[in-house]
Amino acid sequence: MNLRSSVKIQQEWDIVGARQIGRDRAKALGFGTVDQARIATAISELARNIYLYAKNGKIVFETIDDLQHKGIRILAIDCGPGIDDISQVMEDGYSTSGGLGAGLPGVKRLMDQFEINSEPGKGTEIRTVKWVR
Amino acid sequence: MKELELDLENYRNLLNQYITTQDETSLYQAEQFSKLSMQHNISPEEIIHVHIQALRELYPDLPKEVDNSMEFLLEAMISYGLAYQEFQSLREKQLELKSEISVAASMQQTLLSTDKPEIEGLEIGAISVPANQMNGDYYHFVTDYQGTLGIAIADVIGKGIPAALAMSMIRYSMDSFPENQRFPSEILQNLNRVVERNVDPSMFITMFYGLYNPLTSSFKYSSAGHEPGFFYDAKKDEYREIRAKGLVLGVMNDVTYEQFEIKINEQDMVILLTDGVTECRVGDRFIERDEVLDVIKQYAHLPAQEAVELVFKHFERLQDFHLRDDFTLIIIRKNV
Repeated sequence: MNLRSSVKIQQEWDIVGARQIGRDRAKALGFGTVDQARIATAISELARNIYLYAKNGKIVFETIDDLQHKGIRILAIDCGPGIDDISQVMEDGYSTSGGLGAGLPGVKRLMDQFEINSEPGKGTEIRTVKWVR
Repeated sequence: MKELELDLENYRNLLNQYITTQDETSLYQAEQFSKLSMQHNISPEEIIHVHIQALRELYPDLPKEVDNSMEFLLEAMISYGLAYQEFQSLREKQLELKSEISVAASMQQTLLSTDKPEIEGLEIGAISVPANQMNGDYYHFVTDYQGTLGIAIADVIGKGIPAALAMSMIRYSMDSFPENQRFPSEILQNLNRVVERNVDPSMFITMFYGLYNPLTSSFKYSSAGHEPGFFYDAKKDEYREIRAKGLVLGVMNDVTYEQFEIKINEQDMVILLTDGVTECRVGDRFIERDEVLDVIKQYAHLPAQEAVELVFKHFERLQDFHLRDDFTLIIIRKNV
């Protein structure tokens, strides 16, 4: 299996494709069913953000498999409008109250590591990792 | 009943027990299991996962379709699990906010505290209770070396924290006015300027200011759109509304306030209040001013402080112990 692959997100059904790849990789790495479902949900959220706000971007998958630990790294990269106030979107209740779903705080909860970089006008890059327990 | 443990084996046993007996005991234990799980921050999808595993162990020949359907259920629960975690973190945040507000509220109480002055021949009762933690009503007594008594009662339209902040400002501006400016009309005129300059235009403050001189028994007053109080004329045994016209504070820059004067005789009373009293709601109906007066009359023969407290208790009960607005009531009675 190649270590790095990516899915372009332009249309809503691209989200399904991204979930599928993520789940297959997670299964192959030995994640349990609950974690597989969590990873798939995190991918959904990330991909939906790209589809809804940036219109165009990609989800990148990397398998981490060295002697110490196994895991999956998922990156969401877009060249959309960027996020003005990151602390606001990372606040609980900000996106959920609008019924938009779990939002970025949800992704952070679903994964083990979460990092976000965004520049208004240039785009957003979110890097997340989940380790096999 | 033995101690519940949050593990697969325990769940499997419970499940097995229920499937064989279908008794209420196992269901009760399921309830306990669910509560214990919540205490340990276990998400619903994890419970389903445990359920799936238990099922597989109990029924190795489970139809593939049922097995698959359980996976589907697990997937469907993921977002609920997230919502649950979010709820918990919001609940913690709410507790933090609550304690912060209570610190602010006690600070406000210190800032706005006023001593009820002891004045020969005058009996004063006062109560002010906020609907929420912070009070948007305010009353204040000022005495001076000549023995006059200044009484301020004010109400910010709106309640909660913004109202409370505005009140602290009123209090401190009043403190900064020169001693010789004690006439109600002047005080309101100055405060109006302060409010107009410093407070958001959407916020209005109504205020009544009275000045009592025990030597002449005269009560001078002005009102900035404040809820009219009542004057009890003991000789005639009748209650009159204390009428005073005036624009609420903060609407226009330059406003002058008319000043009125009445004479206070023995056993007369001045009753001042805020609209938290007159706009008490019972069900979806506001009570009438006449009803308010009836309640006040009912307790008016008592010592002033006891009377205001009993009037408050009456309306508190009437509103099912849930105030809709800040409530302030002052009764001043001339005894000799």
